[in-house]
Amino acid sequence: MSKHHHSQEKWFEQPTYYDEIRFKGYSRRDFMKFASMMAAFIGLETSAIGQVAKAMETKPRLPVIWLHFQECTCCSESFIRSSHPIVADILLDKISLDYSETLMAASGTQAEAALKNTLEKYKGQYILCIEGSVPVGADGVYCMIGGKTSMQILEEVSEHAAAVIAWGSCASNGCVQSAKPNPTKATPIHKLVKGKPVIKVPGCPPIGEVMAGVIVHYLTFGTIPELDRLGRPKAFYSKRVHDTCYRRPFYDAGLFVESFDDENAKKGYCLYKVGCKGPTTYNACGVMKWNEGTSYPIQSGHPCIGCSEENYWDNGRLYERASSFAGFGIESDADTLGKYALGATGVALAGHAILTNLNKRKDINTLTAEGEAGDVDVIE
Amino acid sequence: MGKRIVVDPITRIEGHLRIEADIENGKIKDAYSSGTMVRLIEEILKGRDPRDAWAYVGRVCGVCTSTHSLTSVRTVEDALDITIPANAELVRNIMHCTLYMHDHVVHFYHLHAMDWVDVVNALKADPKKTSELAQSLSHWPKSSPGYFSDIQARIGKFVASGQLGIFSNGYWGHPAYKLPPEVNLIGLAHYLEALEWQKEIVKIHAIFGGKNPHPNYLVGGMACSIGLDDVSGINAERLAMVDRLLTEGKQFIEQVYIPDLMAIASFYKDWGAIGGGLGNYLVYGDLPTKGIRDTASFKFPSGAILGKDISKVYDVDLKKDDEVQEFIKHSWYEYSGGDDKGLHPWKGESKINYTGPKPPFEHLDVKTNIHTLKHQGGMAMPWK
Ligand code: SF4
Ligand code: SF4
Repeated sequence: MSKHHHSQEKWFEQPTYYDEIRFKGYSRRDFMKFASMMAAFIGLETSAIGQVAKAMETKPRLPVIWLHFQECTCCSESFIRSSHPIVADILLDKISLDYSETLMAASGTQAEAALKNTLEKYKGQYILCIEGSVPVGADGVYCMIGGKTSMQILEEVSEHAAAVIAWGSCASNGCVQSAKPNPTKATPIHKLVKGKPVIKVPGCPPIGEVMAGVIVHYLTFGTIPELDRLGRPKAFYSKRVHDTCYRRPFYDAGLFVESFDDENAKKGYCLYKVGCKGPTTYNACGVMKWNEGTSYPIQSGHPCIGCSEENYWDNGRLYERASSFAGFGIESDADTLGKYALGATGVALAGHAILTNLNKRKDINTLTAEGEAGDVDVIE
Repeated sequence: MGKRIVVDPITRIEGHLRIEADIENGKIKDAYSSGTMVRLIEEILKGRDPRDAWAYVGRVCGVCTSTHSLTSVRTVEDALDITIPANAELVRNIMHCTLYMHDHVVHFYHLHAMDWVDVVNALKADPKKTSELAQSLSHWPKSSPGYFSDIQARIGKFVASGQLGIFSNGYWGHPAYKLPPEVNLIGLAHYLEALEWQKEIVKIHAIFGGKNPHPNYLVGGMACSIGLDDVSGINAERLAMVDRLLTEGKQFIEQVYIPDLMAIASFYKDWGAIGGGLGNYLVYGDLPTKGIRDTASFKFPSGAILGKDISKVYDVDLKKDDEVQEFIKHSWYEYSGGDDKGLHPWKGESKINYTGPKPPFEHLDVKTNIHTLKHQGGMAMPWK
């Protein structure tokens, strides 16, 4: 984990969250409730709630520059879907989003001047958020802003950033545009920015509350959150979707959806055989869910497509079961779990459902012979 | 030629857009637009499983999220002669209507409003007068003088902090802003309310498609199973939630968005004469009730309007070679059979050929041609 300290004098004078929250008519109790929720979201022990609360009482608004390169703006959209905290509060009370092509009022020269102003005034203090990959092919002409290539802009703006956040799969791993044959040579940010921490927050898009959580962590501690060895915040990316999936008992019992319109789909059985990539995907979908906990892909009957994993667009077909795709397990190497996953899925899978877990199947006593784990792929 | 101004980035849009305009005697004489980012998803799609295409295609845009995916699954179903179940059609229509509602509100408030609403001027409003005005426009309950003075105080403090965030360097105080302070304050208050509102309505996408942005689609239907009494899937509780979200969404549109639209537009009537393109409009139609092949069953009909003459709507056959064509003359692409020809999208080619200036550059070469990198915006799509 890299720590990145920075001086805060410059934005000392600004009102703190606590001022703002009190000002908005919330009580100290409301404030503490909010602080504990946020602490839970960023994966802290209860003992740290006090620290979150204290930080929010005393920290001024953090200058943030948010650049867009090759992307579809789904990350910005996901960010404004955050419910804890809601984005109006983030924008007005917690950060100073000084440059964002999606939300800022100014365009053209005025937008560029706002960027320049923050670069100078908050040198070494601003957080740089990047949405999108950088096309390094054809001398960078496939993404230009203000007549400059995205590479040139990235160099200029990252130089004095306190930390860099790579939002979404585009910035973290190149996402769809880097899929074969990667015609524009789309390149993720960590391959281009050297000598400073790059926090990868993959997903297409990442969950809104995850994005808010990463920012709140930085605000609270003045350091970036603890990262796994791939550079992702451990709090949100240390578990496979499969490990937190509520359909997991069906997987363990060998009860599978064979086709999207079969009875097993209605019963909510495991989606592994219709292509679920949950066993190789590290993300918080099963825990935090999407859109204020409303649902997540598996809950709505669709397999996980693995959108937060590197190279997921080229890792086999979406509706083909995972054991048959190349490289299965190799990308799931986040610390120790991945090695376990490789062993469990790569080796034992064929026999897994039939032999190992017949006992578990008995536990689900209303569900008997259905979903017998055959070896026939649903999609050939 | 007078003075050339460049506006790049154009903000509050999806993607990267550049405008260059020639100014003469304080007026725009000519203007050129150029899309300056490309990913070539068309090339990446080649050779893929058609059932997977919706996921790739959906990533064209995360603001109008879901539309490209929907179009993609329909295309594959059309090619394979698949008819989807009635429930899947209804679910897709509900999801599409959800986007329709979400996208209009977000475009109006978060993408466009700052062109009309002067945020800083809103601080001069009289909250009492604002409240009276708001109540004369609509029954929306959040309209008390206290509500507006709270918003004003919050934004006042924000502006006084000197860290203007997304409002930094805006055009505040420019004479092109025409709203009185009270209308500016209503616009600003509803900008913030709409920011909260928009995250609610899209929960419908999460219910049926698992998440938003980028909900999941499926060739052949939808993946969510439906049964009122089912424990899993779309059951009575989930449908009740969809009903509530749609009802609340509609209330906001009827009581906030439309009254604001009318109120703000009444101050910018002269803007009605600006733009409008060439006056020819093409709509593909949507919300099928008997499958996508039966265009007569669409709740939003298809058709073309020529020369702004709305008295006549022409039929459109999207499958006819001579009715829909893509031209690349003004794009950084090339066609194997010559760049002057148009091609029906089914015969489309996506070979990129950048001939613009080498970055960093000051101006595009607009004398020969203005070009654009982006396919969907950059390709001309004439009809007949
Ligand atoms: S394979 Fe997918 S659906 Fe099945 S338990 Fe794992 S994550 Fe859940
Ligand atoms: S369930 Fe899988 S594909 Fe879906 S959002 Fe989560 S990580 Fe991405």
